[in-house]
Amino acid sequence: MRVLLMHRDRDFDPGGGLPENTEDLTRDLGLQPLLQAMASGDDFVYEVARKALLDGLSEPEEILYRQRALADCLEEAEVVREIHRVAIEAIEGERKVFVGLLHDSPRSILNRAVQVLGMFLGHLRRLRGLADEHAGSFSSEAFGRFFEMVRRDLSDDYLAEVERHLGELEFGRGMLFSARLGRGNRGRDYVLRVPRRQRLLERLPFGDRSGYGFTVPDRDVSGFRALDELSDRGLNRVADVTARSADNILGFFELLRAELAFYVGCLNLRDRLAARGEPLCFPTPEPIEKKALSARGLYDVSLSLSVEGRVVGNDIDADGKGLVMITGANQGGKSTFLRSVGLAQLMMQCGMFVPAGSFRASICSGVFTHYRREEDERMRSGRLDEELGRMGRIAERIGPGGMLLCNESFSSTNEREGSEMARQVVRAMVESGVRVFFVTHLYDLARSLYDRRDGGMLFLRAERLPDGSRTFRLLPGEPLPTSYGWDSYRRIFEVA
Amino acid sequence: MEKTFQSILFEDRRAGELRAAEPTFFSDFRLDAVVEELLSGREEYDLAPFFHTPLREPGEVTYRQEVARDLERGEVREVVEDFARRMRAMRECLSLAGKLHHELQKQRWFLDAAGVYCEAVRSLARELPQREPASRGLRALSDYLAGYAGSEEFSGLEEEVRALREDLAGVVYTVHIRGNRVRVDTYEGEEDYGDEIERVFARFARGAAKDHRVRFRDPPELGHVEERILELVARLNPDVFGRLDEFCRRRRDYLDETVAAFDREVQFYLAYLEYAGRFREAGLPFCYPEVSEEVGETRVEEGFDLALAASLLREGGSVVKNGFHLRHPERILVVTGPNQGGKTTFARMVGQLHYLASLGLPVPAAEAHLHIPDAIFTHFEREEGVERLRSKLEDDLVRLHEILREATGESLIVLNESFSSTTLEDAARIGTDLLGRIERLGALCVCVTFIDELATLREETVSMVGTVDPEDPSVRTFRIVRKPPEGLAYALALARKYGLTYEDLKRRVKR
Repeated sequence: MRVLLMHRDRDFDPGGGLPENTEDLTRDLGLQPLLQAMASGDDFVYEVARKALLDGLSEPEEILYRQRALADCLEEAEVVREIHRVAIEAIEGERKVFVGLLHDSPRSILNRAVQVLGMFLGHLRRLRGLADEHAGSFSSEAFGRFFEMVRRDLSDDYLAEVERHLGELEFGRGMLFSARLGRGNRGRDYVLRVPRRQRLLERLPFGDRSGYGFTVPDRDVSGFRALDELSDRGLNRVADVTARSADNILGFFELLRAELAFYVGCLNLRDRLAARGEPLCFPTPEPIEKKALSARGLYDVSLSLSVEGRVVGNDIDADGKGLVMITGANQGGKSTFLRSVGLAQLMMQCGMFVPAGSFRASICSGVFTHYRREEDERMRSGRLDEELGRMGRIAERIGPGGMLLCNESFSSTNEREGSEMARQVVRAMVESGVRVFFVTHLYDLARSLYDRRDGGMLFLRAERLPDGSRTFRLLPGEPLPTSYGWDSYRRIFEVA
Repeated sequence: MEKTFQSILFEDRRAGELRAAEPTFFSDFRLDAVVEELLSGREEYDLAPFFHTPLREPGEVTYRQEVARDLERGEVREVVEDFARRMRAMRECLSLAGKLHHELQKQRWFLDAAGVYCEAVRSLARELPQREPASRGLRALSDYLAGYAGSEEFSGLEEEVRALREDLAGVVYTVHIRGNRVRVDTYEGEEDYGDEIERVFARFARGAAKDHRVRFRDPPELGHVEERILELVARLNPDVFGRLDEFCRRRRDYLDETVAAFDREVQFYLAYLEYAGRFREAGLPFCYPEVSEEVGETRVEEGFDLALAASLLREGGSVVKNGFHLRHPERILVVTGPNQGGKTTFARMVGQLHYLASLGLPVPAAEAHLHIPDAIFTHFEREEGVERLRSKLEDDLVRLHEILREATGESLIVLNESFSSTTLEDAARIGTDLLGRIERLGALCVCVTFIDELATLREETVSMVGTVDPEDPSVRTFRIVRKPPEGLAYALALARKYGLTYEDLKRRVKR
C-alpha cells in the first residue's frame, strides 16, 4: 500500500537530509515565521514543511500534481484533517503497546506484534470508512488514487483474513517445528510448520508408531524453560515476519501522517493569511529555460506573519531576465523584496500557493542566498575571507538554472575591489545560466552593468519620494549615485 | 636431494634448544613489550621461547630469512594462514569433544575436528606447491605433505568423515510442542507458516525493514530436554549414529605430529610479519639484513626503534629514522647530544636490529648489514638508587666488570649513561678506560653518554650526535648524525632564542 500524495511516483521522505544551505536559506529568507505558521504548534508538521520547502520539486508536472491535491485539501479540509488524525492515533496507539519488561524473545515480539496488528485493524477500518464516504468529493489524481487503493486493498475479505491469522498466531493446538542437526548435534534451522490436519490428529494422542515422545514433568522448571527456548527458536521467523508486518503498517501510517502533514501545514497557513485578508494564488510553474518571472502584488509572507496589518506587495516583470539588480534607499524594501522572491520561489516549487495576487515563474534548480553577514567579533580581520569562502561554497553547488539572491555581497571591502569581484562573479553566474538577484549599494557595480544596456538585465530601485519617505515599492529605475545614507544618518542622529 | 622436513624454524633440529626465560637485555631494548604485543592473540602457540632463543649460525639465519621472505608473498601467506585458521578451528572442536558430557555431542565434535583437520591438510598440500615457495623450509614441507596427503591412511580418514557428515546433514526431523508434551518425528514436507504470514501482509511491504530476528546464544552444552530430543532423533536414524560411534573409537589418533609442529612453529613468522606489517602500512621500512659472523662493516639505513614507533603510531606521531655506518676499524658508537633528543632510542634501535637479525627475521630499517653477536650485554641507567649513590656506582661497576669478563670480540655491548652516578671527572676517567678495554676486546659497542670527551677518543670510536632544528633550537629533531660532539652549542642556541645570551642580556638590560 502506498500513499503517493506528495509525489506521483515515490514516497515523500521526511527524514531525508536537508540541503547544505538550509541554514543560510532559513536565516536569509526568514523561513521561521512561515514554518511556524504552517506548524501551528505541531513540531512534526514543522519538520515536514521545512523539508518540503527546502527540497522542492523540479518539474512543472510534479508541482501541478501537488497543487491539485492541495486544492482538494482546501475544499475538504475537515476530511483531510480527520485522516491525519487517524494516522496520528494509529502511531500513538502503537507506542502504547508494551509487553512487560521481559527481554526481547521471539515469543514476546510476536505477542506484541499481534496486539499491534489487532489495533491497527481498527484504524484501517476507519480509513476504509472515510474512503467509502468521501472519495467522491475529491477530484485530484493524488487523492482519487489514494482512496481507490484504500478501498481495494482493505477489502472486507482481506481484513477478515488478517483477523483469522491473528487468531492462529495464539497457537491453541501447540506448535510444530522442523529442524536439522547443526554443530555438535544441536538442532538448528527451526521452522514453524503448518500441521497437516489429519496427521496432527494422529500424532496428538501419542499413540503414533512412527515418532517418539516424552513429557516434561510438572516440576521441571529448567525443562519448561528449555521448551520455551526451543519454541522461541521456532517462532523466530514468524515473529520477525509478523513484527515486520506491524512495522510496515506503522510505516504506512507514518508516511500517511507525513504526507498529510504538508497539506495540513498549508491549511494552517491558509487560515492564518485568510484571517488577515492577504491574497494567495496558485502559481504557474514554467520550464527553467523560459526564465519567466512575473508577479502582481507579491509580498513577503514571513513579514506579513510578523507584523500588524497588511504589507506592501510588489509587481515585477522580469521575464527573460538573467540578472535583476536592485538599488535604492535604505529601509526602502529591497531586502523584503528579495526575500519575497526567494520565498515565493520555494513555495511554488514545493507545490504550495504563493503570497501574491498572481505569480508565474520558471522553476529553478536551487535557491541560494549570499547575504552580507553582520560583523563577527571573533573574526574581525577575516570578513572578506569569510564572504569569499561562502561564495566559493555556493559556487560548488549551484548550477545552471539556479537562483542566486545576493544581498550586499562583497561590501566587506572597498567599493572598487568589491565591485570588481562582484562583476566577475555576477558575470560568470549569469553566463552559466544562473538567475541572479542582486541588492547592492556598490554604485560602481550597478552603474557599470547598467551602462551595458543589456536586455537580459532588469534594474529596480526602491522608491523614495521627494520628501524622503519610502513607499517600500520597487520600480524599474537606473542606479543613482547615492544610497541615501544621509537619510539614515539624519534619522539616527536626529539631524534637522 | 633435500633433507626430510623437520622444522620450519631450524634446518637442523638439534640447533633448537629453546630458552624459556627472557634474555636479560629484553627490557632494556623494550623487546619485552614488542614481543608481548606481537604475540598477543597467539597465546595458544606458546611462541615466546622462539623469540627468546637467538641463532648463532648465519646459515640458520638465512634458512629462516628464506621462509620469512616466502611468507611475505601474499599468495604463500594466504595458504598458511588459512591452514592455521583451520587448525585452530580443529582444536576448538577437539576441546569441546573433550569437555562435553553427552556422548552424542562428544562424538559429533570429534567428527567435526577430524573433518576440519582433513580439510586443513588437503588444502595446504594442494595449494602450497602451487604458490611455488622458494625457501628450503617450505619446499621440504611441501614434499612431506605430498607424501602424507597421498597416503591410504589419510584418504581413508577423509572419505569416512565426508560420508558421515553428509548423512548427518541429511537428517531432518520435527518437534511438536504442546504444553509439556514433546513429540519427535521425521519431517514430511509440512509447509512453512512464516511464508504464509509473509504472503498475507505482503501488500504492506516496504523497502528495507527492521530485522526482528533474535540471535540465540548457542552454548555448546545441550540442556536435558534437547538431549532427550537428540536421543530420539538418533533412534529415528540408527544407521548413521551407529557409524558415528564406531568412527570415534577407531580414529582416536588421527593428528600427525609433523603437521602439528609446523602449525605451531610457523606462527613465529606470521606473528612477526603481521606486526611488521603495521609499520610498513605507515610507510616504515623493514629489510632482510645481510649477516656475518664476524665484526666487520656494520651499516644501517633508516632504522627505527620498534617499541617507540609502536606507541607513536598509536598516538599518530611521526617516526624519525636513523642510520649509521661503521667501517673497519670503527666499532664503538658514542652518542651525545641534548636530553630527550633520541639518544637512548638510538641505542635501543641498534640493540633491536642486532637481536632481530639473529632471530632470522626482517629488521626495522631500509637496509642493514649486521653482525650476528655471540651475546648481547647491556648496562642501562635505572631510576632507582638515588638515595644510595655509593652503592649504585659500585653496583654499576660490578655489573660492567662482569660484562667485560663475559664479552668476546663478537659480542654487542650497549651502555646507556653508565657512568652518571659519579662526578664528571670520575665518569670521564672510568668511561675512557672502559671504552679502551672494549676497544681492545674488539666488541661492537654503543655508548650513550653526556661526556663529550668519550666521543673523540680513538679511531675505533665514531661520534654520533642528537641534533636540533637549526631554525628553532628548542625543537629536537631526534635525528642522530655522525659528527663531532657539540659541547654547549645546544644550550647557547636556546639562550639566544629567549634573548638570554651575553649580548642580548647586555642590550636588554641597558634599555
